[in-house]
Amino acid sequence: MKQTLVVIGNGMVGQNFLAGLVAAANGQYNIVTFCEEPRPAYDRVHLSEFFSGKTAEDLSLVEDGFFANHGITIHLGDRAVTIDREAKTVTSAKGVAVQYDKLVLATGSYPFVPPVPGHERKNCLVYRTIEDLEAMTAAAKTGKIGTVVGGGLLGLEAAKALKDLGLETHVVEFAPRLMAVQIDEAGGAVLRRKIEALGVTVHTNKNTSQIVDGDTCVNKMCFADGEELETDVVLFSAGIRPRDDIARSCGLEIGQRGGIVINNQCQTSDPDIYAIGECALWNGMIFGLVAPGYAMARTVIAGLTGGEASFTGADMSTKLKLMGVDVASIGDAHARTQGAMVFTYQNGASEVYKRLVVSEDNKRLLGAVLVGDANEYGTLLQYCQNGIELPENPDSLILPRLSGEPAGLGPDALPATAQICSCYEVSKGAICSAIEAGCTTVNALKAETKAGTGCGGCVPLLKSVLNCELAKHGYEVNTDLCEHFAYTRQDLYNLVRIGEIRTFDELLAKHGKGHGCEICKPAVGSILASHWNDYILKQEHLGLQDTNDTFLANMQKDGTYSVVPRIPGGEISPDMLIAMGQVGKKYHLYTKITGGQRIDLFGARLEQLPAIWKELIAAGFETGHAYGKSLRTVKSCVGSTWCRYGVDDSVGLAIELENRYKGLRSPHKIKFAVSGCTRECAEAQGKDVGVIATENGWSLYVCGNGGMKPRHADLFATGLDKETLIKYIDRFLIFYVRTADRLQRTSVWMENMEGGLDYLKSVVIADKLGLCDELEQQMARVVDTYQCEWKTTIENEDKLKRFRHFINSDQADDNVVFVEERGQIRPANADERKHFKLVEVA
Amino acid sequence: MVWFDACAVEDLQPNSGVCVLVQGQQVALFYMPATGSVYAVQNFDPFGQANVLSRGLIGDIGGQAMVASPLYKQHFNLETGVCLEDGTVQIRVYPVRIDNHRVYVGITGQAS
Ligand SMILES: Cc1cc2nc3c(=O)[nH]c(=O)nc-3n(C[C@H](O)[C@H](O)[C@H](O)COP(=O)(O)OP(=O)(O)OC[C@H]3O[C@@H](n4cnc5c(N)ncnc54)[C@H](O)[C@@H]3O)c2cc1C
Ligand code: FES
Repeated sequence: MKQTLVVIGNGMVGQNFLAGLVAAANGQYNIVTFCEEPRPAYDRVHLSEFFSGKTAEDLSLVEDGFFANHGITIHLGDRAVTIDREAKTVTSAKGVAVQYDKLVLATGSYPFVPPVPGHERKNCLVYRTIEDLEAMTAAAKTGKIGTVVGGGLLGLEAAKALKDLGLETHVVEFAPRLMAVQIDEAGGAVLRRKIEALGVTVHTNKNTSQIVDGDTCVNKMCFADGEELETDVVLFSAGIRPRDDIARSCGLEIGQRGGIVINNQCQTSDPDIYAIGECALWNGMIFGLVAPGYAMARTVIAGLTGGEASFTGADMSTKLKLMGVDVASIGDAHARTQGAMVFTYQNGASEVYKRLVVSEDNKRLLGAVLVGDANEYGTLLQYCQNGIELPENPDSLILPRLSGEPAGLGPDALPATAQICSCYEVSKGAICSAIEAGCTTVNALKAETKAGTGCGGCVPLLKSVLNCELAKHGYEVNTDLCEHFAYTRQDLYNLVRIGEIRTFDELLAKHGKGHGCEICKPAVGSILASHWNDYILKQEHLGLQDTNDTFLANMQKDGTYSVVPRIPGGEISPDMLIAMGQVGKKYHLYTKITGGQRIDLFGARLEQLPAIWKELIAAGFETGHAYGKSLRTVKSCVGSTWCRYGVDDSVGLAIELENRYKGLRSPHKIKFAVSGCTRECAEAQGKDVGVIATENGWSLYVCGNGGMKPRHADLFATGLDKETLIKYIDRFLIFYVRTADRLQRTSVWMENMEGGLDYLKSVVIADKLGLCDELEQQMARVVDTYQCEWKTTIENEDKLKRFRHFINSDQADDNVVFVEERGQIRPANADERKHFKLVEVA
Repeated sequence: MVWFDACAVEDLQPNSGVCVLVQGQQVALFYMPATGSVYAVQNFDPFGQANVLSRGLIGDIGGQAMVASPLYKQHFNLETGVCLEDGTVQIRVYPVRIDNHRVYVGITGQAS
């Protein structure tokens, strides 16, 4: 007879347990689970991404159909309330009673709210579930100031969320420093400075005594030292407490300060009942991270399926990005081990703090703290976890490397047993076998080994193991643009720039072979246009352009074109709108509003384009470059001019940006948006360049994308005035133009960039490459040499000759046939076409 | 085969294409100055089902002169008309002659 297994709690660990069990147990158990939340498990670790646009579905940890496919009964939105250990039954709030043979408690923890008077007031919130985040968003809509109680890891993450919601943000910490658990005093001080520089006010040594009605805000916090703080939102993040109530009431052993006591097999004081995750107390410790919870889950799975395993503690090393500041803590960060020695490196100027804790004999790494720059995290963790012998001067591991050499331990130095991913316990050996078996990308490795799919902290190391192994196997990735040029696009760009090459023929003669093709010609055409900004239909460039560029319009499936005039920022006067409507009507064009806040006119025959553009230009329009790999649109919301919530003039800025960057040829199309407040109506975070107004100035986001592979843009800089904003965008765009691959959008460019966002910031903001002046000058040239290509074209009789379907006849293409639908034209389909042809011939 | 006067040499676009109407047929003409060649092929794109090949980019692939369809980017050999991606598809090619600054296209099976 099948045994029944009941799991209480479908959080991160509960779900990880279920998924592991069904893979291992072969239908041996009849599984029932109680899930108190209204939705099955989701990724709490990445919960904050909810604010950057991820939906509850995106965060889900449960594959479609998981429960049904594995015959698991899930009681959603139902809390287990009692366990009767005599009768071996669990009863839920909705009255469901289930008899169990084995029971697993995975009830997690709850945020601790200090019992100060007033803690239940309006807008006093916590940060743990999707519902909590929804409540925060709602509270932020009407508030201006937000305060986080607790300056630990989660508190700082919550502070970032408040900041991103547009609130003036404060952090109130009881201890004398931030992140007291993980980092030491000096590290805490550096962290504090960095976080304050980002506009968050930090109050340490503050004991909240009560929360009362505010004078200017919803709430007022009163502190023991007599000070007060007005705030609309109060977010408690003062630690977590295990959810052990149900275990307590059925008489299981509970720790003095809470937590369900477990042994090395994760059994509670009742051997048929297990506890895993944040509710479990092992050896006097609660583990507030996922990786140890997953290790407990694996232990129980082994126990339930006849294997053997034990949980023997877990590493609490963490690396995080808190408000853009790298913070890492490894092992014995506080040097509590007997005889431990400490090395510190502190760089006041760039605000970096690093500390190594080393064993008495100077041979083993016991722990580390990194603030401001955590690049060495992977290497140090490997030293610490695998007991690798340290180099003679351990401090060399944290001193800046002036030569730019990569950090000490290459992946080659790691033994095969070294654990690369602690979330899924994947060793270097397992990764190497997967590579041997054909995984040649990080994504393939993730799918095959699960490494990197937990907290994600090990991905950089995973990537370097992959690269190192691939190189060893002699894989060479061919990065030639095409058979005509044995160079990357980036190489070609440099050849054009340094050699001052101005035509394709010259580049081909000097650096290529053959006659070119539809890959290299447009790529080089684009490079030449980006760099020299000549008229693209000049005789020597004409043959390089893609069809759309050659006729300055977008070819549609039937060979006709669409016409898109520029409407900067989406602002258009009634007169211009009428003029456009008249053109559409006169030429019988299909008219549609685009996603980029402009108007597309479809169905123009090649020979009609010049006449259409003559009229549009006379009415004051310019080309919209919808055909080019270039700036498309700068979308905007209506902004502070009209909107009740607007913080700044988004339309004005959008128009200015669009007029500045129009005409810039680039590796792929570029889209911008400007939102007038953090409600983000212009969807700027899905654009290559997104700008959002805040009370403190403009926030700049980069490398977002909508479309087939959406990518949320990265926050690049905040609190910018317009001048700085434009300077950064100038540099960013030209750097992209110079270094991206052909047809590579900024999102993919960013994902492939060594060093990622930090590197990009170091180039564009800190001018690490000493390039910024040059980048700005190049942009200035492009801006100065702008021309409306359609204006130039219609003024040039010679160029207009090509805008005919037949060079030797005025006839039209008889294959272009339209029918009417909803009062406008559309191309006839194959059936309709047959019919029309007949009619026409007759 | 009969030769038909299609256009003047100046009407050709160096490194690019134009379309001429010859005996009711749409013919794409391409001019590659580097080799001094002029090619003539049908203008109808068999994949995209539209008269657009004259607006494709030209060049060479593996030493064969080719045009790339502007719609879905298939390549056609300009000398044989065979599609490089799918050898079973072939477009019509026409002989070309230059005489006295005029371009002539040869059409078979047609009385003048
Ligand atoms: C914002 C945030 C960021 C974090 N970042 C990180 C990080 O970077 N790295 C890291 O390692 N960890 C991080 N954590 C911690 C991590 O999320 C937890 O360690 C992990 O979720 C613990 O999993 P769990 O299953 O034990 O608990 P939970 O995920 O909390 O799941 C417990 C579930 O059980 C349900 N439940 C409780 N009692 C009952 C009952 N009686 N009946 C039915 N259901 C019940 C609860 O409603 C809950 O859904 C973060 C947490 C938060 C909130
Ligand atoms: S260590 Fe967390 S995903 Fe690998």
